[in-house]
Amino acid sequence: MTVPLLSLQGLTKAYPGVVANNNVSFDIGTGQVHALLGENGAGKSTLVKMIYGLVKPDSGVMLLNGSPYAPSEPRAARADGIAMVFQHFSLFDALNVAENIALGMETPPAMRDLAKRIREVSETYGLPLDPFRTVGDLSAGERQRVEIIRCLLQDPKLLIMDEPTSVLTPQEVDILFETLRKLKSEGTAILYISHKLEEIRALCDHATVLRLGENVGECVPADTSARDMAELMVGTTLQTPERSGRDLGDVALDISGLSVASPGEFGTALKNLHITVRQGEVLGIGGVAGNGQDELLAVLSGEIQTAADAVRLNGQPVGNLGPTARRRLGLLTAPEERLGHAAAPDMSLTENAMLTGSVRESLERHGFLKWREAQGFAERIIHDFDVRTPGPDNAARSLSGGNLQKFVIGREVLQRPEVLVVNQPTWGVDASAAAAIRQAILDLAANGAAVVCISQDLDELMEISDRFAALNEGRLSTPRDTRDLTIDEIGLMMGGAHGMEVAHV
Amino acid sequence: MIVLERRPQPSRNWALATPLVAVLATMVFGGLLFAVLGKNPVEAIRTIFWDPLFGEFAFYYRPQLLVKGAPLVLIAIGLSLGFKAGVWNIGAEGQYIMGALAGAGVGLAFYPLDAWYVFPLMVIGGALGGWAWAMIPAILKVRFGTNEILVSLMLVYVAEQLLASMSLGLMRNPEGHGFPGSRNLNDYAAATSWINQNAGLHWGVAAALIAVIFAYVLLNRHMLGFHIRLTGEAPRAARFAGVNPARLILFCLGISGALAGLAGLFEVAGPAGQVSIDFNIGYGFTAIIVAFLGRLHPLGILLAGGLMALTYIGGEIAQSQLGLPAAAIQVFQGMLLFFLLALDLLTHFRIRLRKREVA
Repeated sequence: MTVPLLSLQGLTKAYPGVVANNNVSFDIGTGQVHALLGENGAGKSTLVKMIYGLVKPDSGVMLLNGSPYAPSEPRAARADGIAMVFQHFSLFDALNVAENIALGMETPPAMRDLAKRIREVSETYGLPLDPFRTVGDLSAGERQRVEIIRCLLQDPKLLIMDEPTSVLTPQEVDILFETLRKLKSEGTAILYISHKLEEIRALCDHATVLRLGENVGECVPADTSARDMAELMVGTTLQTPERSGRDLGDVALDISGLSVASPGEFGTALKNLHITVRQGEVLGIGGVAGNGQDELLAVLSGEIQTAADAVRLNGQPVGNLGPTARRRLGLLTAPEERLGHAAAPDMSLTENAMLTGSVRESLERHGFLKWREAQGFAERIIHDFDVRTPGPDNAARSLSGGNLQKFVIGREVLQRPEVLVVNQPTWGVDASAAAAIRQAILDLAANGAAVVCISQDLDELMEISDRFAALNEGRLSTPRDTRDLTIDEIGLMMGGAHGMEVAHV
Repeated sequence: MIVLERRPQPSRNWALATPLVAVLATMVFGGLLFAVLGKNPVEAIRTIFWDPLFGEFAFYYRPQLLVKGAPLVLIAIGLSLGFKAGVWNIGAEGQYIMGALAGAGVGLAFYPLDAWYVFPLMVIGGALGGWAWAMIPAILKVRFGTNEILVSLMLVYVAEQLLASMSLGLMRNPEGHGFPGSRNLNDYAAATSWINQNAGLHWGVAAALIAVIFAYVLLNRHMLGFHIRLTGEAPRAARFAGVNPARLILFCLGISGALAGLAGLFEVAGPAGQVSIDFNIGYGFTAIIVAFLGRLHPLGILLAGGLMALTYIGGEIAQSQLGLPAAAIQVFQGMLLFFLLALDLLTHFRIRLRKREVA
């Protein structure tokens, strides 16, 4: 048997209070696309940080081509031929592509030579990129190409990719996969981290599944069903949310001709939006992050106010009302950013229940606060939505992401909204909690509420929404029935592949 | 290697303990400072902290504590509301002067009318004077996004110039033989803020206690106070909750200006007695220390105001009896704030000794 490219043996890493990785072992062969699969918090990031030299293992060894490998820092890892594309890009908006790439190099060549090499690599691997464009103007997919090309210029033997498709449209995913297959055919190994099972089935040769920091199984993705892999990941049988057939009522939320200037320098302007949502209906709004999702939520929550009749709730103009007045009328929202937007990190859950619940749950009288009732409300959210916390006195910051998300969604759902708008309701939430949140949203709609679900998770939107529309650069496509849509059509609604015209020349 | 590790929850114990530890650290390092200056550190510390309360002449110093403490508490309560919301009014000293000028101006305008309503009108004038002066940075911030720290601070120096001009010009005592300074309001029964001068009681003491209670109820029981805290903790979450940031800025600067103005009026109509070039002695700045020393908590501010008054009076005794320079006392007070802010770290972080590692 040949020596594997990288062999991990018994890697363990503990942080105060939590064992991130416990005795993890597996091998990655040359030219293999190896998937690392697991829920949020399963220990995937810690594991790759050890391989990339960002974190030192407490115990265990790594062998690279059979010889011991213990990088003290990322520079050492890069010198040994290991490159990594992070989920969050580290690029400077104000610099151009070539300058950004030069910044990451030990000894950058002259700018003209570098630009030439960038062009060569980008053409070879089908990743069109102009080295002299300013990064601030690039789409998320193009920024990722910058990161990938930065890695490819080092001629890596192992390329680590952390959740690379979370910012891509389906078309862009296809392009990325072509590139990765080409790399594989040239003998580059790829460690591919994801929780999107269909992608892994399409791309990867081998998968290692992590759960709670331990290696719980390996499989060949092409021969394993997505459901089996999911259950391996979660450790229990998954329940698919159920939707009961329901009759649609009157129009609950009506947005017509809404245009809003960008609230900040790096925000997105909303352009001529038309949305109607009926009682009992779930409207899914997809799109790559940064195309106006945050602004749309702010317009609906009342954080950004518009002309009164641009937004109508049950026929009543509410566009010029603030958040409190809209809550009183039954328009509730749950923003994407849990800490600092939906909840105040250092405040207790009781105080955070007061944050949006004061009006509809009658937690105040003449401006005076009823803390005991607020605590009762917080306890009800914790109980009904299975929020894991010692009690309502704990700070929001002390909760895990998934638990806080359940709290935030539960807080709005329990206030019996007439219209609920959620942004990324299951982002960073484990599969079972995500299923519970989706079920709660569907139940709410079944009881006659209108729901707008903004999400980047297309599977989620296909699962819960009746109609689907995509946000692209602040414009909303015409909503269509979800049942008749294919993934390709959704991709086109999302704007197709950004900046890909060059590729087809 | 020493590593700071973020606590999952802010520590309640440390939040309560840091003021005490900071006072102790100030005593130790202040003692060192006094020792370097050639004084007996134990005696100096005792003179500052012990003599005003329990020394031979305590009967004289104790009422002084009320006189010094009241304006500090009154101003600090107002500032603490803003500080909690992240609105940094550094110019309370200026608002204090303007409140005194406006309030005293009302009183002097009525002189020598002896009517019950003179003093209440002066109180209103004082509050309005301070409020109006604070509205300048507030409106500039809301309309043009200026920095309230700079604007409010600069306005202190404008107010000082105005004070000088008033006490030399418009408000100068016509029977004062050309000396600068206004009529003495203590000699004008309808306008004095004294209740009982021997006990150190004036209306400012009552106002400070009322302000403490008011702030406590506001912050703990009222939606406005909740919104103030929320804005300081997470401004975006506050907007989401329905807070209008502009209105909150106007309220916070307005209330702190009004309370500082009141403090100025009570001072000028009582302990100071007259508008003079230098009747203000930095209460508006010291109140910033008091607000933080009291953890921005109303009851804490009450205690901290007492402590600062103690160092003021003790410092004066130390100056006169031990010959310590005034600057040394100011350094001593500055140390207190320094240690408090430094130790504040322990509320949110814990210190761990750990082997070196690439994180």
